[in-house]
Amino acid sequence: MKNMSLQIKPGEVHGLVGENGAGKSTLIKVLTGVHMPDKGEIWVDGVQKKFTKPSDARDAGIACVYQELNIVKLLSITDNIFIGRGIKNKLGLLNYEAMHKEAQNAMCALGHDIDPRRICGNLGMGLQQMIEIGKAIQLNSKLIIMDEPTSLLGEKEVFQLMSTVRKLKEQGVAILFVSHKLEELFEICDRVTVMRDGEHICTKKVSDMTNESLITAMVGRTLDDRFPKEFGVKGECMIRVENLNAGILRNVSFEAYGGQILGFAGLVGAGRTETMRAIFGADPIESGAIYIKGKKANINSPAQAVAQGIAFLTEDRKGQGLILSQAVSINLILASIKKFSKFGMLNNNAIHESSNRSIHSLRIKTPSNNEIAGQLSGGNQQKVVIGKWINTDADIYIFDEPTRGIDVGAKIEVYNIMNSLVKKGKCVIMISSELPEILGMSDRVIVMREGRVMAEIDRGSEHFNQESIMKAGWGGVLV
Amino acid sequence: MIKMKQFTIKGLLSKLGPLIGLLVLCVILSLTTEQFLSYSNFMNILKQASINCFISAGMLIVLITADIDLSVGSNCVLAACVMGVMMKNGIKNSILMMAAALVTGLICGYINGVLLTKLRLPHPFVSTLGMKNVTLGLALIITASTPIGFQNQGVDMVLALGAKTINGFPVSFIFVIIAFIIMHIFLSRSALGREIYCIGGNPEAARLSGINSGRVLRIVYALSGLLTGFAAIILVGRVSSANATAGTTYDTDAIAACIIGGASFMGGKGTMSGTMVGALLIAVIRNGLNLLGAQSDLQYVVIGLVIIIAVFIDVTREAMEKRAQRLATK
Repeated sequence: MKNMSLQIKPGEVHGLVGENGAGKSTLIKVLTGVHMPDKGEIWVDGVQKKFTKPSDARDAGIACVYQELNIVKLLSITDNIFIGRGIKNKLGLLNYEAMHKEAQNAMCALGHDIDPRRICGNLGMGLQQMIEIGKAIQLNSKLIIMDEPTSLLGEKEVFQLMSTVRKLKEQGVAILFVSHKLEELFEICDRVTVMRDGEHICTKKVSDMTNESLITAMVGRTLDDRFPKEFGVKGECMIRVENLNAGILRNVSFEAYGGQILGFAGLVGAGRTETMRAIFGADPIESGAIYIKGKKANINSPAQAVAQGIAFLTEDRKGQGLILSQAVSINLILASIKKFSKFGMLNNNAIHESSNRSIHSLRIKTPSNNEIAGQLSGGNQQKVVIGKWINTDADIYIFDEPTRGIDVGAKIEVYNIMNSLVKKGKCVIMISSELPEILGMSDRVIVMREGRVMAEIDRGSEHFNQESIMKAGWGGVLV
Repeated sequence: MIKMKQFTIKGLLSKLGPLIGLLVLCVILSLTTEQFLSYSNFMNILKQASINCFISAGMLIVLITADIDLSVGSNCVLAACVMGVMMKNGIKNSILMMAAALVTGLICGYINGVLLTKLRLPHPFVSTLGMKNVTLGLALIITASTPIGFQNQGVDMVLALGAKTINGFPVSFIFVIIAFIIMHIFLSRSALGREIYCIGGNPEAARLSGINSGRVLRIVYALSGLLTGFAAIILVGRVSSANATAGTTYDTDAIAACIIGGASFMGGKGTMSGTMVGALLIAVIRNGLNLLGAQSDLQYVVIGLVIIIAVFIDVTREAMEKRAQRLATK
């Protein structure tokens, strides 16, 4: 971060955008006392402050709601709101009565009248996030930093979050809203600051900006089309799912074809990921049939799914996609390790050459194929996982939220990879919670709700628009 | 570029930490005791280290998968007792006896793997702790809690592996070296070895990449068991007896050797060379303390402290590496 300046007024919702690696996280860390700046000053309410540890920032009234929530799932709402602090009675023991009351007040202020004794792990992601915001409110924070607050939320929860943000704004709380989703910024922010390469690019009123000008400022070049959709030739039916029941899934049926992208839309928790996990053999199936290229397939484990030519890019890149402690080259061959071994011994030359080819063709930014995967940026990690699956030469590629948490430039590259797969006649299934992405890239869309398929919409159909998909996702009937 | 080099030298130094510790300890013992610096004493150390080396090799692959095997000591003892019981009952064919020891170890290990992956017991701590008691109990039952002597029973061939030397160099350690080279190649160059590291690094990602982690884990535990069978053969040769209570320190010594050598309870890391250094370090400490006239009670204290220090150094080193990487990417 170089010469970064930022001013946030009370009652302002201030957007912060930039590609991954632009320095947003560093800025947040400096503001919350996690990192010390080499040079520069922080002023709060006209007083210069120096943060040497996170509690300094907390005491100055700055709180942060991180993308990966800091919630202890086994503890109650109260315990989480008072984590590391607590109200004590005369004996020095925790005064739970007072704490529950305070916690309830904080949650009520956010519009959630909820029993503060409830265990957080049983609550939805949106509520867990509200608890984090409740923590900030209980601390009387003047500035709440929200780092990608909507990335884990469904549409309804996003709506609730937005109204909460507006409420906080009315109460005079300043909010720094970090997001990759431009629509949200335009909806909620007063001003937006753009960062690039650790520097301040511009701060403007939202009303003075457009989608295009914002993206241009972020990437430093013009992106004339956010969704570079290319069309393949519709091929044979690669996978047919009939009356699949598993967990929350109820009679899920659909078909996906080669040369096409099949989009899966729906709220978070609608059963999209569950459907794919069941098909991939990651979760057990109760009943139903899966046909791969017309033949009935019996898939009981991911290993069998891979053998059948299915690839599954999971939504949780770090938890389920990568071995962060292993080299990029090893991660790239992880799903096709047998191809690179003879009599059980690895062919290191072949691995070296193949991984360099992947790095080149997918434009993975890494010092070498020996670099530890954990060292790469989010977008490049995602490309490594995609490379892992392309190396299996699968026919069916399931991409679960493939562009989540990666920057605009990397998103375009991921779209282009999907395009090239489709052009090779492969079948791509894409789950996405971003409707523009669904509409921008899919040839056909399946909308799910509460474990069921609600609608199937072709690209040419009159229903191929945000409104219809939302309607179906909320349980409405399309006519 | 120069900076890069400094980093690697630093990295090399920290990787060689246990080896440097071993050398420093040897120098100190050479200066403080008369007997330490001699060929015969060194050979003695190698002889003492052999059993732990075999068990540690198995423990290492288990630790790399982020699991633990607490049953190795008892498995080893059971395998030794099986040999003793065979001999007592007149089966004195050395090949058969050794095969029986290996099969016993293998089965014990495989059961550990099945308990973990098929019965889905929550953590190998549970299954292997159970097995530790089961196998120890079996060893006591089949020997009627009485040690079985192997001397003058016509089974010298069996004892040779653990007892014989070539120009003073213990045959057992030659086998250790061979085993370690094979295991090193297995871990670093084979597909299965790489899968073992990957399962330790991120089990869910490995599973979703189509790696059959259940099968890999069963192989890992079976291999660990097989290596305890080898250790049993060495044990019988070294002490010329099968004693059900001989293995009390084996589990912890093996874990200590691996951890000192750079393995982690979090899994995903550890090498054969590091484990070798760890095992030798423990043998040298025991040997040195013996020469200094210290009792075995003190040896426990010292080895305990060495484990704590080694892990502390490792944790600090990792934190420093992370910080260096952060600074480098800035």
